Amino acid sequence: MIAMTWDLQVLNMLAALLLLLSFAMLSQRRIVALVDLLALQGALLCIATLLLAWRTGNNHLYVSAALTLGLKVIFLPWLLHRLIRRLGVYWDTEPLLNITGTMLVGVLVVIFAFGLAQPISALASTATRNSIGIAVAVILIAFLTMITRRKAMSQVVGFLSMENGLFFGAMSATYGMPMVVELGVALDVLVAMLVLGVFFFQIREQFDSLDLKNFETLKEDQ
Amino acid sequence: MEFLALLATPLLGALVLGAFGGRRWAQDANVGFSAVTFLSACALTYRVVAHGNLSVAHEQFFIDAFNVFLVALTAFIGLTTSLFSRPYMRIEADHGRVSGGQLRLYHSMYQLFMATMLIALTTNNMGLMWVAMEAATLSTVLLVTLYRTPASLEAGWKYFILCGVGISQALFGTILMYFAAEKVLGSEGVSALLWTHLNAVKGELEPSVLGLAFVFLLVGYGTKVGLAPLHNWLPDAHAEGPTPISAVLSGLLLNVAMYAVVRCKVLVEGSLHSSLPGRMLMGFGLLSVVLAAFFLWRQRDVKRLFAYSSIEHMGIIAFAFGMGGPVANFAALLHMTVHSLTKSSIFFAVGHATQKAGSQVMDNIRGLITLSPTVGWGLMMGTLAILGTPPFGVFASEFLILTTAMKQQPWATPILLLALGVAFAAIFGRVQSMVFGDTTAKRLPHPPALIPVFAHLGLVLMLGFFIPPYLADWYRAAARLIGGE
Repeated sequence: MIAMTWDLQVLNMLAALLLLLSFAMLSQRRIVALVDLLALQGALLCIATLLLAWRTGNNHLYVSAALTLGLKVIFLPWLLHRLIRRLGVYWDTEPLLNITGTMLVGVLVVIFAFGLAQPISALASTATRNSIGIAVAVILIAFLTMITRRKAMSQVVGFLSMENGLFFGAMSATYGMPMVVELGVALDVLVAMLVLGVFFFQIREQFDSLDLKNFETLKEDQ
Repeated sequence: MEFLALLATPLLGALVLGAFGGRRWAQDANVGFSAVTFLSACALTYRVVAHGNLSVAHEQFFIDAFNVFLVALTAFIGLTTSLFSRPYMRIEADHGRVSGGQLRLYHSMYQLFMATMLIALTTNNMGLMWVAMEAATLSTVLLVTLYRTPASLEAGWKYFILCGVGISQALFGTILMYFAAEKVLGSEGVSALLWTHLNAVKGELEPSVLGLAFVFLLVGYGTKVGLAPLHNWLPDAHAEGPTPISAVLSGLLLNVAMYAVVRCKVLVEGSLHSSLPGRMLMGFGLLSVVLAAFFLWRQRDVKRLFAYSSIEHMGIIAFAFGMGGPVANFAALLHMTVHSLTKSSIFFAVGHATQKAGSQVMDNIRGLITLSPTVGWGLMMGTLAILGTPPFGVFASEFLILTTAMKQQPWATPILLLALGVAFAAIFGRVQSMVFGDTTAKRLPHPPALIPVFAHLGLVLMLGFFIPPYLADWYRAAARLIGGE
């Protein structure tokens, strides 16, 4: 086995931290803290992208790092914090499955993710191919966060964390998607969040809360 | 030139109507923009038919026999729906259900939605296709919640989250596809995501990765098609939004999502050299048909009833594409056309019927035919058409699909027939009591737009009797293209 260079070691560490943050999000019930974790995840992603850009000399990775910084570290957390303050939602209620149970499911999800990523890692020629499993795990844990939460705001944070995982996956497998696609995806995420902002106020106006347990009128049998 | 007009018109329309959409003339401007879009689509179609495939902007956009027919269909239904929406939204505004600001949002998003649909159809870049599909969801979320009722907010939220998660899976699938393609085509430039380039080298793409990618793509775009068990958002979004939006969601969005699935299937099948993608499509399709047929019985809301019927028909189309081969593909394309036309005409009729009755609950809609024979007959004929009764085009396509199924997948035929029978009984009984009997309906302040209803039904009827030779050639060319020959 060849000794790993320091930059690769740092990249692997960043990947591990990303996964750790996903677990932290899975267990966090304070919504403000959840948004901070999301911003931190974005920041790690940004550093990883910069390091990879420097290592591979791939200029378009610098652009995506800047995009990550602007959108996921600064703008979206700011927007979400603002929404939280204006709407006054600070705590999520007890998740559908208790925290310990969710964490255990999370561990199983990670094992599954590594199994799923095995054939892809085996074929990848990038230096970061070992991180593909972690990217898949981040996506699936974000998915788990979404299905176990009741508050609309936590579901949105889960959704954005899933987007982080997808971005990290694209980076580790292929050093990022073509620029035009990355810009388009960023634009979609941005618009989605703006739409959500409007949407939250509509929900609040109607129900006086952002708790999705109010949403139980539209059942299959109606 | 035609192509530029096709994409620029709805985008310009979205801007103009975003500024002035609340004015009195906005309804007419909406029709105007849709009409120009339709004319450009006609010109584009003519050009592709006369001169063959067209590739624009460094191959970022590509038009062949398969997507040009969907472009024409999309632009046509966009136009007729805008004609229908003119009196419909005026009545809603008179009833005080929408304000000027909401109308502005509605018109602007309507045009933006058309633009995203057309981009998704014409782009050659799989990544851009994803972006356009997501943008299509985003542009319609606020339209589903236009009335701001609790139920519509819930429907909008479901639509947003389920389609958002679904489409994220599709993004992962797209990443995997890019990953496999990059090995063959190289990462310089963006050619590794262009469908035409991928199609040229599909035999060399790594099968294990593409197989995995297809699972994600099918689940992702399948959510937008409304394939069971990922269909939960569909009936709610159709029932709670304004009816013109139900018509375009059912008639256009589902088709475009299906188009995305089929484009992916062509690539994956070429790489895997097996019928696995086809079998997966057949499975999802059959499940949707059966599930929808039984859920039809439990519906009380008329728009939900027809939304479930859309799931059923999307299932039939998915099943037909899954079987593959020239005849099944031909039938699936025909079914896509007739389903879009019929379903949107039904929604037009249903829209006016619910306005007359003041309710969407079927028990409250009675005796449409006494007060307004045209709405009543429009709904009745549309229902007969969608249920596949003989002279209409749906019968022709369903007949082709069933006979092909008998030859290729005999086990599936009884299941399909049973589901079609169950659906027939469920829908026909309900519609009959809505159309005939004593009336509770009232007059409307604006004359309803019924030309679109009968124009669509006339076309469906014509397709049942005879398919014009150029149209048949066109379907055959598209079917060959999908067949991967």
